[in-house]
Amino acid sequence: MLLLAVVVFNFILLSLVPGDIADTLAGESGGASQEVMDDIRRTYGLDRPFHIQLATYVGKVVQGDLGTSYYFNMPVTELILGRVAPTLLLVVTALVLAILIGTLFGVIASRRPNGLFSHFVTVLALVGFAAPVFWTAFLLIVLFVAMLEIMPLSGLVDPTTPRGTLTWYLDVLHHLFLPVLSLSSIYLASYSRLARASMMDVLGSDYIRTARAKGLGETSVTYKHALRNAVIPVITIAGLQFSHIFSGAVVVETVFTWPGLGTLAFESILRGDTPTIMGILFFSAMIVIVVNLLTDLTYRLVDPRIRSARNA
Amino acid sequence: MKKFLVALSAAATVLAAAAASAEEPKRGGTLTFSYRIIAGHFNPAIASGTPTGIPGTQLFAALLRFDDEWNPKPYLAESWDISDDGLTVTVKLRDNARFHDGKPITSEDVKFSIETYQEHHPFKPMYAPVKSIDTPDPLTAVFNLSNPHPAILLAFSSQLGVVIPKHVYGNTDNIRQHPQNSQDIVGSGPFKLKEFKPGEYIILERNEDYFLEGKPYIDRIVYKKIAENTSRVIALEKGDVDLTAFESDAPVLDRLKKNEHLTLTPDGYSAIGPLEWLAFNTKRKPFDDKRVRQAIAYAIDKEFILKVLYGGYAQRSLGPIHPGSVFAPKDVNPYDYDVEKAKALLDEAGYTPDGDGIRIRTTLDYIPAGGTWKRKTEFVKAQLKKVGIDVTIKASADFRAWIKTVSNHEFDMTMDSVFNWGDPVIGVHRTYQSTNIRPGVPWHNTQQFQNAEVDAVMDKAGKELDRDKRAALYGEMQKLVVDEAPIAYLHTSPYHTVFNHERVGNPPVDSIWGVCSPWDEVYIR
Repeated sequence: MLLLAVVVFNFILLSLVPGDIADTLAGESGGASQEVMDDIRRTYGLDRPFHIQLATYVGKVVQGDLGTSYYFNMPVTELILGRVAPTLLLVVTALVLAILIGTLFGVIASRRPNGLFSHFVTVLALVGFAAPVFWTAFLLIVLFVAMLEIMPLSGLVDPTTPRGTLTWYLDVLHHLFLPVLSLSSIYLASYSRLARASMMDVLGSDYIRTARAKGLGETSVTYKHALRNAVIPVITIAGLQFSHIFSGAVVVETVFTWPGLGTLAFESILRGDTPTIMGILFFSAMIVIVVNLLTDLTYRLVDPRIRSARNA
Repeated sequence: MKKFLVALSAAATVLAAAAASAEEPKRGGTLTFSYRIIAGHFNPAIASGTPTGIPGTQLFAALLRFDDEWNPKPYLAESWDISDDGLTVTVKLRDNARFHDGKPITSEDVKFSIETYQEHHPFKPMYAPVKSIDTPDPLTAVFNLSNPHPAILLAFSSQLGVVIPKHVYGNTDNIRQHPQNSQDIVGSGPFKLKEFKPGEYIILERNEDYFLEGKPYIDRIVYKKIAENTSRVIALEKGDVDLTAFESDAPVLDRLKKNEHLTLTPDGYSAIGPLEWLAFNTKRKPFDDKRVRQAIAYAIDKEFILKVLYGGYAQRSLGPIHPGSVFAPKDVNPYDYDVEKAKALLDEAGYTPDGDGIRIRTTLDYIPAGGTWKRKTEFVKAQLKKVGIDVTIKASADFRAWIKTVSNHEFDMTMDSVFNWGDPVIGVHRTYQSTNIRPGVPWHNTQQFQNAEVDAVMDKAGKELDRDKRAALYGEMQKLVVDEAPIAYLHTSPYHTVFNHERVGNPPVDSIWGVCSPWDEVYIR
């Protein structure tokens, strides 16, 4: 029901944008005639009244058909599925890396809040937040691609590599390195700062003093007792952030010509390829729902209080 | 201009050197090409535009091809003949041409293709005079015209008119959504489609049964989309990409020029004929007064735009037809930069300065296509301020929004870019014909310019087969239009083709269509 509301709302929203696919195709063609504009609109049913278009579309979605892309002339579901894997690969890798390294940095920094490493984390967070991601990406390109010449410049894989072979997978990993590094740089900054603050908060609490008083080692106190509590806000933020990964990845995807959903969404909006945009929005709505569920489940995993509270 | 000539001659020297050392073209190798966009499909019969045309002309052969001096050459057609009255065009096909699926290319396919163009292609005037097509035998097609049509041979060439198989596309009443527009393409050109990943890349492979023996030379073309200028530059510098086209950003061109492996050339764009100009809505005040339009043309320092904003890579254009065309304007008023003259014309038109020194308050739209467009628009605003015209710049959210605004005449002035598309009948008449004011259609006569004399001369020129007589008529037409100034003509688009001369032999630049023509002569050194 919620998803249906999303579909209707998005459809209405998109219909408010001036211009349609006929304008885009005529623009790309460098001119057109009235007959061809009409021909295009007729082909895609854009000449029919708005409520009929809406009803037709919703009817199709209910049957699991997201329609055909105006621009790419192929089923939207197929188009999106082809883009999901690269985006998830990029975003999940970047996010997981950022969470792990960021939390680790935060924890280490929190143990000596005025130490050198702590200052390093603060500066890193500042730089990470301040540097626009396209700039970071280009600096990485200059360093790794132009100067050191050890990384490929763009794309998911060299198109001439035979598909499905071990070389192909290794080539994908090779191509993945720079986009992941660029994307995780923003996330890394926020997670290390968040983890540091959260850890310092937790480390000041009574039960940590008790743990230390019991004579537990510092490592055990930090990683076993404090971290579990401190990591809760990190999970919350990660869950929230996952829902805007598509927007966050657009820039990185564009710079590296990474064939992901972000680029597809961005370009489809510019082209007025309504079925594709609708499909992507539908798909992201589903992802948000799934990720919210996963976030809740993860809380239970790390925090026994939530587990027992819910069981009670 | 001088800098442009230097760049030109430098490119020419390199080309000449390359030609002098030209070994026999080698067979084999992969050519990597990159462009900022990749089209959604590659069927040139239902869409124009270079993203479709570049791969489209590799996949599909046309009846004719053109050299770099506007001369038609045989391609699928072995010979062609235009009757004395200009009303019958007879084309003889070569007998050894086959589609990629092995079926022979016949006059039925030619007939089907041109009829598809007539029904679905954006450029109506290309084949508008074709009344009917006869196919007396499988290798002969006879075109019956309603009037002599000087553009017909050009319309038979690469970018504008390819031959598509009837047995593939003839089985549907919805060719626009035919799956074989983008996958499993059955073409007739030098290359076959191996793989297409939408939005990412296309891989083309040599057509072993190509009708021109021994060609093409390269085994494979990898066409990669790289949208970011900087990324594309690095790819060229590193040697990851061998060839790019339509590079137009001055800083990018400056940087590429410094690289010793790369050659830049403005050749190969004369048929596309890209012009950039400032258009007026002649139905709105104060632009209904020709003196105001002329004043604005005088008030803009065109040399500054060319030298500073375009780094010397663009060429001045003086009228409706591109300087690379045989019909390029001669002896028209160049509207050389003259602030005093501009002010005098505005005075004469009755637009005198108010208390703040302002004569006219108006708005200016521009194509939202990157940095230089915006800078040029801001420069014009500053220039017009000097003659007392206060301009508010209107930014459009995206390309579609701009198209909508301009094609519905909801503008005062706009920065625009219009292509000539080879023949004036196809790409020039549309901007000035009083019969072609069609709200909602991009690049019609959006200025709403109406002049019976111009209409009459164009009508005559559009039916004249003799090139010299035609040139005289277009000379007349351009003098009239430039004087009426529905548009302030600025310059050509600074398009350049860039190639790695250590790798690429015979780059596709020696045709009026440039990269939008078959790459069957290109080889890897």
